This record gives sequence, structure tokens and C-alpha cells, in this order.
Amino acid sequence: MSAANWRRAMNMQTPRPVTTPSPASARLARDPRVGRFTFENPVRPRHLIALAFLVAYPWFATPFFTYQIGAQALALGLIALSLTFLGGYGGMISLAQMTVAGIAGYMVAIFGTAATDGVTLGWPWWLAVLLGIVIATLAATFIGWLSVRTEGIYTIMITLAIGVGFYYLVLQNYAVFNGFQGVQKVVPPTLAGIYWRDPTPFYYLALFWALAGYLFVVYLVRTPFGIALQGIRDNPRRMHALGFNVTAHRVAAYAVAGAIAAVGGVLFTWYNGLVTPGSVGTSWLINILIIAVLGGLDHPVGAFLGAVVFVLLQNFAIDVIDRERFNLVIGAVFLVIVLFSRDGLLGWWTALSARLSTQRGGNTWKAARGRSYAR
Amino acid sequence: MTRFWPWFWALLIGVPIVALAAWGLQDNARLFVVTFLNGLTLASLYFIVASGFTLVFGLMRNVNLAHGSLYLLGGYLGFFTAQFTGSWLLALAAGFAAAAAVGLAMQVSIFRFMPGQDLRQTLVTIGLSIVFADLLMWAIGAQVHQMSPPPWLDGPIRNLPVIRAYSTYRLSLLPIGIVIGVALWLFLNRTRVGMMIRAGVDDRAMLAAAGVNVNLVFATTFAIGAGLAGLGGVIGAVELSMVPGEDTRLLLASLVVVIVGGMGSVVGAAIGAAIFGLAETYGLAYAPTYSVVFTFVILVLVLAFRPRGILGRPA
Repeated sequence: MSAANWRRAMNMQTPRPVTTPSPASARLARDPRVGRFTFENPVRPRHLIALAFLVAYPWFATPFFTYQIGAQALALGLIALSLTFLGGYGGMISLAQMTVAGIAGYMVAIFGTAATDGVTLGWPWWLAVLLGIVIATLAATFIGWLSVRTEGIYTIMITLAIGVGFYYLVLQNYAVFNGFQGVQKVVPPTLAGIYWRDPTPFYYLALFWALAGYLFVVYLVRTPFGIALQGIRDNPRRMHALGFNVTAHRVAAYAVAGAIAAVGGVLFTWYNGLVTPGSVGTSWLINILIIAVLGGLDHPVGAFLGAVVFVLLQNFAIDVIDRERFNLVIGAVFLVIVLFSRDGLLGWWTALSARLSTQRGGNTWKAARGRSYAR
Repeated sequence: MTRFWPWFWALLIGVPIVALAAWGLQDNARLFVVTFLNGLTLASLYFIVASGFTLVFGLMRNVNLAHGSLYLLGGYLGFFTAQFTGSWLLALAAGFAAAAAVGLAMQVSIFRFMPGQDLRQTLVTIGLSIVFADLLMWAIGAQVHQMSPPPWLDGPIRNLPVIRAYSTYRLSLLPIGIVIGVALWLFLNRTRVGMMIRAGVDDRAMLAAAGVNVNLVFATTFAIGAGLAGLGGVIGAVELSMVPGEDTRLLLASLVVVIVGGMGSVVGAAIGAAIFGLAETYGLAYAPTYSVVFTFVILVLVLAFRPRGILGRPA
């Protein structure tokens, strides 16, 4: 620790002003680190505008934009949301979220119907989806149980290793997972006369589940469980001393994140129409991290923001630079965001709004909202 | 009673391994011994790459996920140096120097400005690894580059007992790995800089308070760690091959090796490399379909019982 850091650390130890007890909800509302929505301001005009835009989107967008951009971003955003929840609120960065999503996708393909013979069991679609989500959630709980034994960056490495282990399993196993080719033609069913893989129906399906996941996370982080989880993120020792079961909360967070990732995985598998080892390979494991970090881990909306940017780059990097150079573009964008923003695109947004509100003489604690990576 | 559990685990793990080894020797002695040598030589390469990784992690808590890219960079640089000059030793030096220079640049230009922010540093290395991998593919292409071994290590050694013949180059990897390991151990345990590095691993703040220029120590360590990856790249360019994707493979190998062996411990890296290398080659020889899965089962088992690795200590 350099002298300057030492001085700073000493200054932080100065006695804090004694806070007078206040109602819990008011205290939460003032604490910039606990959630962002408060019960005092549940819905703002900008939320209604965003919702109206999302619902009306397929009416003015071309089928390409509805399906390739809109629906894909929503499905990927849902998987990234599970990482935002784990990382942003639980302080655990797991690279195995795409693995959980892939397990759900594989289970739907194996239990349900697909074009690949000898692998699928042909059970009804609702049973396959249910089983897929349950099995993926169980797998996520197991991954969580293994990785909560470690902390911080160790978690990244262990989840990466687990994810790659699963990749090699599906790549080399032909009896259950059909090896390199994966399972083809895994599509949503035709229900109520609607083929749910058509752009507009699939977009609304993805939108429904994305909104459900988003609202669920926004709600969950305000519950006692969510508050305790954030306490564990900030100081596990203190929470342990207060009588909270740190390990149980962390494993439960993995399970919840696993369920979200599983739903996203089913959607993403239906979007692709197939599930292959490539979709759970190293690059996709890292892509999910890129999406979550790109948007910002500070708030659930960051996952979807990051997904939109990622999908747009993926589709239009060809126009900016050579088709083959997509990785260069996404890597460079990711690097710039990580180097120059404390918390992804959301970090820039909070910095901007803080500057605007201080100019207007508004409250200044917003500036403290951007959470640094150092904790 | 305290003496009971170590014996229990040693027997539980040791007896099946000895039994399997006895079966393997009796069934096909040549295959068994060749696989054993292959495993050890692969472990030697893994050790060289992973020791750099563990050195950097132990001191700086920096998980350098661009380590695989440095490996690939060193390998390519070594390949072209060998093509140009015809000297394998020059190629080794070039690979080490190139990777060390890039590692030094990373430390001086980026990581120095985010001390203590482990997660952010890790994210930066992920970004760097993606960019490096794509730049290397752009500059060099996706075709396989295979370096030929130096003439004095080319060809097989003949007239060996049991296995008859074995590649000289592969066998020479074993002493190379041992020499590098011993040199690293001597450097860390018998020199002044090594003493500073070990002190930094234990307590960074105290080292700075003792009047040591910590940034200089960090830069040195990062350069050595990165250089070892480059050196491994040149060695691997002969034994394996250089092609995009190898960077991820070696990065994962390093990860598994240091997780199993224990972060920040060079001896742990040697043990982890031996376990991983042997498990991978025996898996490939006796159960090819599941060889990789097998190694990850080992990883999960080690983590379940020793979360910090075999020689790991609390951070």
C-alpha cells in the first residue's frame, strides 16, 4: 500500500456521524447500494415509454430486426441477467451461466422432439421444457455448491473450468448429446394456431419472459433474501457474525440465477433452432460475461442493454470492418468499456445524469451510485 | 486419530491407482510406459506455462486470462525466428523476450493504474485475450504452424528397454522443465529479488513499508511470468502445434494446473501439472472419449476436498 493509499485508508476510519434511527424503508431508499427502485417511486414515465416502445417494436421493425436483433437480444439478455443478478447483487462472477442455459437447451432437445433420430425421447413439449428448467436449475445449484467454496476471482476460474468441462462432455458424448453435431431442429410448438417461431410471436414470447425475469430480479433484490445477499456481497464476515448462513444464501443465489438462465437457455435454443457444443463453448461462456459487463452489473437493465449492443455489433460489425474481425470489434469495445467506465454503459449513464443533476442543483449522492469493481 | 485421515485418503486414492498401473503394465507394458513418458513431458510443458501464471497470480492477485495469448505469441515469434536464423536457442530467447515485453507493457500501461481491483484487472485480461487472439489470426492466419526440433534433438533415441525408441525432443522436455523449475525455485528462494517477490506474496503493504519499490517488483514478476508463457510457446510449437485455439487450450491447462496445485505456489504448479498431464495422456490412451471429462472430474474432486488446491494457502 503506497503512502497515499495509506492516508486515504486512515481518513476513512474517521468517526462517522451518528445516524439517528429512521424507518427501514427510508433508510433503504437513501442507500445508493441497495437496489435502485424504491417503493416510493415504483414507476417513472421513462419506464412506460420503454415498455410502449418494446411492445410496439415489431409493428414498425422489419422481421429481420424483430427476430435477429430484438428477440435474440431479449433471449441473450435473459441469460446475462442471471449473471447480473449473481455478480451485481451476489458478488459472484460465474462464467458457467451459459452452461446452465445450454443444459436447459439440451434437455428440451433430448426430452422433446427434434429432427435428430435416436437422441430425442419425443415427450410433450411442456414436460420437456419443465424438465429442462428443473434439471438446469439443479445443475446450477450443484455448480454453485462447488464454487461458493472459493471467493472472488477464484470463482471465475472454477466456473470457467466447469463450463469447459461440460463443453467437452457434450462434444465427445454421442450416446446422449449427439457429439459435435448437437441436436437439430429444436423449435417451439405450434399453439393456438400460432407457430411460435415466427418473428413476431417469438419476439413477444421472448419479451414476456425477459420482462418477467427483469421484474422478478427487481423484486427479489428488495426482499429480505435479496437484501441479505447484498449484505453478503459487501461483507460476508459481518453477515456471518450477524447469524446469516452465508453459504446457503450464495447457493440459493446460484439456484435462482440458474432458473433465470435456464429460461433464457430454452428461448435461445428455440431462437437458434438447434443446440450444439459450440453454443456452450468457451467463446459463448465469455460472451455472456461481455454482455453483462458491457451493460453494467449495477442494475438488471444493464444485461439487456449489453445484449442489444452485442447483437447489433454481431450483425453490423461486417459493415464497420471485415466479417471475420467481429471478435476484434467486440473485444475492443469491451476493453474500452472496462478501462474507461466503472460500471459498463450504465456507469456512463449514471455519471452523465449525476453531472446533469448537480448542474441543476439536484441531489449529489447519485454520483456515488456507480459502484467500483474494488470491493 | 489425527494420523488416520491422511492414511485413509492415501490408501483410498493410492490403491486403485497402483492396481490400475499394475494392470496396465501387465496388459501392455510398452503402451503403459510410453503413455507415462508422454504424460510427464506434457506435464513439463504445462508446468513451464502454468508456473508463470501462478507467479503472477501469487504476487498480484491478477488472474491473467491473456496468458494463453502470450503463449501463442511466443510460439509464433519463435517459429519465425527459427525460420529466419535457423537457431532454436535464438527462437527460445525471442519467444521469451517478446512475451515478456508484452507482459511488461500490460503491467506498466494498464494494471499499474488499477491496483487492488482484481475483478476489473481480470476483465481487462479477458478483453486483451480476445483482441490478441484476433490480431494474431489476422496477422498470421489460421493455418497450422509446426516447428521442427533442433537437429541435435531430432529423431528418436533407440535401444531403450521395454519401449525400444522414444523421441529425443520429447524426452528432453523433462530435463528442460526440471531445470526451469529448479531455476525458478532458486530465483525465488535464494536471490534478493526472489525474496522481495515472496515477501510481496505474503504482505504487499509491509513490503512497500520496508522501502521496496513495489511497482518495480511487480513489473519484474509480470515480465518473468509472461516470458515463461512465451518460452512455453516456443517449446510447445514443436511438441504440439501453433494454431488459433491453442491459446485457450493452454490457458485452461494453466487454470486447471494452478487450481489443482494451489494458487501462487511453484511447487504446487509442478504437482498440478504432473497430475493433469498424466491424467490427460492416460485418459487419451485408455479411454479416449472421456479423457477431457476425466481431468475435470479430478478438478472437481480436488476442489470439493481442498478448495484452495493441494498446496494452496489462504489468500
